[in-house]
Amino acid sequence: MQLVLEKRAERSNTIAMVSPLIAIGLTIVTMVILFAILGKNPLLALHAYFIAPLTDGYSLQEIAVKATPLVMIAIGLSLCYLANAWNIGAEGQFLVGAVAGSWIAVKTQGTDAGAWVLPAMFVLAAAGGALYALIPAICKVKFGASEILTSLMLVYVADLFLDYLVRGPWRDPHGFNFPTTAEFDPVATVPLLIEGGRLHLGSIIALVVVAAAAILLGRTIKGFEIRVVGAAPRAARFGGFNADQLIILTFAVSGALAGLAGIIEVAGPVGHLQPGISPGYGFTAIIVAFLGRLNPLGILIAGLFLALTFIGGEQAQIAMKIPLDVTKVFQGILLFYVLACDSLILYRFKLVFPNRQVARGTA
Amino acid sequence: MELLEAIILAVLAASTPLLIAATGELVTERSGVLNLGVEGMMIVGAACGFAGAWLTGSILIGALFGIVAGTLMSLIFALMALGLAVNQVATGLALTILGVGLSGLIGAGFVGERITPAAHLYIPGLTDIPLIGRVLFGEDAFVYSSLTLIVGVWWFLYRTRPGLILRACGDSHVSAHALGYPVLRIRTFAVMFGGACAGLAGAYLPLAYTPFFIPGMTAGRGWIALALVVFSSWRPGRLVVGAYLFGAVTILQLHAQGWGVGIPSQFMSALPYLATVIVLVLLSRARTGGSTAPAALGTVFVPDR
Repeated sequence: MQLVLEKRAERSNTIAMVSPLIAIGLTIVTMVILFAILGKNPLLALHAYFIAPLTDGYSLQEIAVKATPLVMIAIGLSLCYLANAWNIGAEGQFLVGAVAGSWIAVKTQGTDAGAWVLPAMFVLAAAGGALYALIPAICKVKFGASEILTSLMLVYVADLFLDYLVRGPWRDPHGFNFPTTAEFDPVATVPLLIEGGRLHLGSIIALVVVAAAAILLGRTIKGFEIRVVGAAPRAARFGGFNADQLIILTFAVSGALAGLAGIIEVAGPVGHLQPGISPGYGFTAIIVAFLGRLNPLGILIAGLFLALTFIGGEQAQIAMKIPLDVTKVFQGILLFYVLACDSLILYRFKLVFPNRQVARGTA
Repeated sequence: MELLEAIILAVLAASTPLLIAATGELVTERSGVLNLGVEGMMIVGAACGFAGAWLTGSILIGALFGIVAGTLMSLIFALMALGLAVNQVATGLALTILGVGLSGLIGAGFVGERITPAAHLYIPGLTDIPLIGRVLFGEDAFVYSSLTLIVGVWWFLYRTRPGLILRACGDSHVSAHALGYPVLRIRTFAVMFGGACAGLAGAYLPLAYTPFFIPGMTAGRGWIALALVVFSSWRPGRLVVGAYLFGAVTILQLHAQGWGVGIPSQFMSALPYLATVIVLVLLSRARTGGSTAPAALGTVFVPDR
């Protein structure tokens, strides 16, 4: 018996629509098995993961808060991946954005700086993230160095740089030697949408980013160029599209979005700069981008879904002592199923039995 | 003298996991498959290797656990990228994300435990020779295996017929297929070899390098191994040079921190990663007249019948 792929005459739009749902279904089946192996009641665990967070207002807000960086980063990554540019260093661009934006917050701490502080932090964070993303992009375009490896290496560098800052020059002098900056001033903090709640302005910004990306990809020439360069590089060359320029552009945009997400996280839910501000948002966003089929609206939904798994994972850990790593396993398995189901859009899977194959060969 | 000897020993120890993992990936890539999941396979190999050694008390069984775990991980990759013709870059990333989670899950029960690390060779007389004695005759089995492995791979790729066929698959899967070679089966074996090596390289870390397991202990070594394959221009000889150079950078930054050079330790720790970026840029730039990469590297192949 052998698995054989058969190319479809044209891509199946039905499967393109349902493939993320099939993938989620298969992942849940796999998780049930994993929970059983871990000796946990699968039904209770699934409830803790996917239902419980949806039943109270606090968790719902928390999902939106977690989805904010995921969606913003994934939108940027989707532009890169559509153009066939492999930025996998969004985690580093997120951290550099957080550092660049925090610089203003730290320098204006305790002064009577006005309302310009937060917008300036946003601008600097976006610029920092974009510049950091341009390093692998330029290395790729000018020297042909693999952007996959260079962008990933820079994640470790950014992580160490942030660590240096909060343990060294930016450490809060009254912080009992903890590696963290002082709590940001109110003017350097992302405002909450509901007094006393968790939801903040960042979620609105994420929605604006989704809308902007939808317009860029669906309604502008640049968006068309991005899609053609990725899907049909030869045709793009004949069309006179500059692939190098698009690599630079998509990397810069995705870096800027990751950087912006970084400062929103630091100046929002966290409130100060410290190591470990990201539970791997930059990597989870890769899954969000693919689960959302590199489509802005799809990414919004996928981002909310993966945020749900983060919150559900925390609740399952508290309620049922399920290790947090299960969430990472879940996310990894989900990405596998998403990719496998995507293959169904272009191919049919067939099981071939060798004896029949021989018969066909001799006919 | 003794410091020099200590440094050489440390460089060898730091280089060995890079060399083993990169050797496996070199074979995988020579068959035309880009498996970016080295980091994921390594970290699962580390967790399973430590679990095996801790449970049985045998380093050898630990290493075997690591090899088997790495191979199983690579089979997931093979099923996806070769069986289902999924984009290899995305699949490799998925493998790393899954591997990090799995290793945390497997290793959670072993954090804080210690084992007796792999024994070092001791030949009376020879090992006692100053400077070179311990370097040549006093290593652990992993170091000798890594060198045997790379020589074996060189011999296989350049001196045997199956090696030639494997390289043919990597340069033109269409031609290899037309000649009647089972491209996907050959690539599956190459991916499995890569997985076995990554698993062994991962297992080396808690079995010999540090005698305990910590989550995330591979710390990007899988990615550096991938960069080393590019550095080597896909040639085994240059891979050895590259692996030891990178090991040297890692150890020198550690020693520089110890000597109290007035540079913050985080900047020194960033050196191996920065060196990788710089080396990739310099090498890619130096290559004029076409790439040395296997021509079919990373491309999807679906045999038509």
